[in-house]
Amino acid sequence: MAEFAGEALACIRAERLVFRDLSFALGEGGALRLTGPNGSGKSSLLRVMAGFIRPAAGALTWDREPVAGDREAHGGRLAFIGHLDAAKPVLSVAESLRFWAKLYGAAEPAAASAAALEAFDLLRLADFPVRLLSSGQRRRLALARLLAAPATLWLLDEPTTGLDAASVARLEAAVAAHRAAGGMVVLATHTEVALAGAETLALERFAPDLAGEDAA
Amino acid sequence: MIRAFGAIAGRDLRLALRLGSDTAMVLVFFVLTVILFPFGIGPSPATLAKIAPGILWVTALLASMLALERLFAGDHEDGSLEWLSLAPLPLELVVLAKALAHWLTTGLPLVAAAPVLGLLLNLDPAGYLTMIAAMALGTPALTLIGAIGAALTLGARRGGVLLSLLVLPLYIPVLIFGVGAVDAAIFGLGAGPRLLILAGLALFALALAPFAAAAALRQAIE
Repeated sequence: MAEFAGEALACIRAERLVFRDLSFALGEGGALRLTGPNGSGKSSLLRVMAGFIRPAAGALTWDREPVAGDREAHGGRLAFIGHLDAAKPVLSVAESLRFWAKLYGAAEPAAASAAALEAFDLLRLADFPVRLLSSGQRRRLALARLLAAPATLWLLDEPTTGLDAASVARLEAAVAAHRAAGGMVVLATHTEVALAGAETLALERFAPDLAGEDAA
Repeated sequence: MIRAFGAIAGRDLRLALRLGSDTAMVLVFFVLTVILFPFGIGPSPATLAKIAPGILWVTALLASMLALERLFAGDHEDGSLEWLSLAPLPLELVVLAKALAHWLTTGLPLVAAAPVLGLLLNLDPAGYLTMIAAMALGTPALTLIGAIGAALTLGARRGGVLLSLLVLPLYIPVLIFGVGAVDAAIFGLGAGPRLLILAGLALFALALAPFAAAAALRQAIE
């Protein structure tokens, strides 16, 4: 039974406290939706979860073991989709995805990436160079990596940016299938994304109480 | 882990071959700069022969620095670096795989071009083999030392200037023993010890650079 949790997390960016006393727990098949206004720390929290940023206070645990001790093992469990699509303009769509599948140790990179392209309706663009893709198609290529190289924990930062309604539905289906298989999802978004039974974490609740600090 | 290492090196090689710009830039800079010297100091064969090893090494060093800035910058800008850092191999090996591909596309062409340019500068025939050997040992050291600088200056404005300031002083030992080896061969002193020191420098860089560069990359991802 996998469990991913954070206890009393705080994050400081550019000498500014972004959030504090933030705790969460995710079980198998669990989903967490991060909401909050711009700058409330959704991306920062995802980057803390991915291990890119060390939390200023608190700790992340996986199955009650601290994550900080073994960054590589933690990296192997998760897939992180940020604002950037990590696509090289001169590679073809299929080549890009095959590279990530191979790098992340998919058993059959070619088959896995073909299936992932199919799931995000990119198969007919497989031989196109990435530079010819629209921004929505690039986004779908980034998301296809989630399926090409399986990871237990998906960290998605505004994954629906630039996606049309049909593609959002494909993403929702992929997320639902992932959770049904026991995976976990943390998703930061401003738009409506269907996440049945997801907990919502409103980041503004963990903002530092600046007024109080001034008074003190 | 070996498969992941190969995947990264293979991708970088493929990218470099598709774009071709780095290899071309380094080679063109090397050739053009070396060609300028006879115009600048006069075409006297004796003078040229005397300074040929130094010219070749200094120009090769500057040429190899030209392409360094792009070593990690592309992956940093498009977010690939974050994905690479989550790959099931240590970030140190990611650095090494990228450095290997970088050397094959920018260092190896220099090794190949050096003897041809040696002809142009009237390099003493006794120096050719040593020149190739010294370049083959020295350029990997340049790439590895440069990788530290490239990782440290990621995201910095005017990173290129900063990169040369950081990296050039560290290149000096390679320059000294690289030129020394060729001179020794020409004067019949035996280049062996100097080549061994060059090999030692390359091994030292191989042992140190991946850790230093990976630490800098972790900072850049934050």
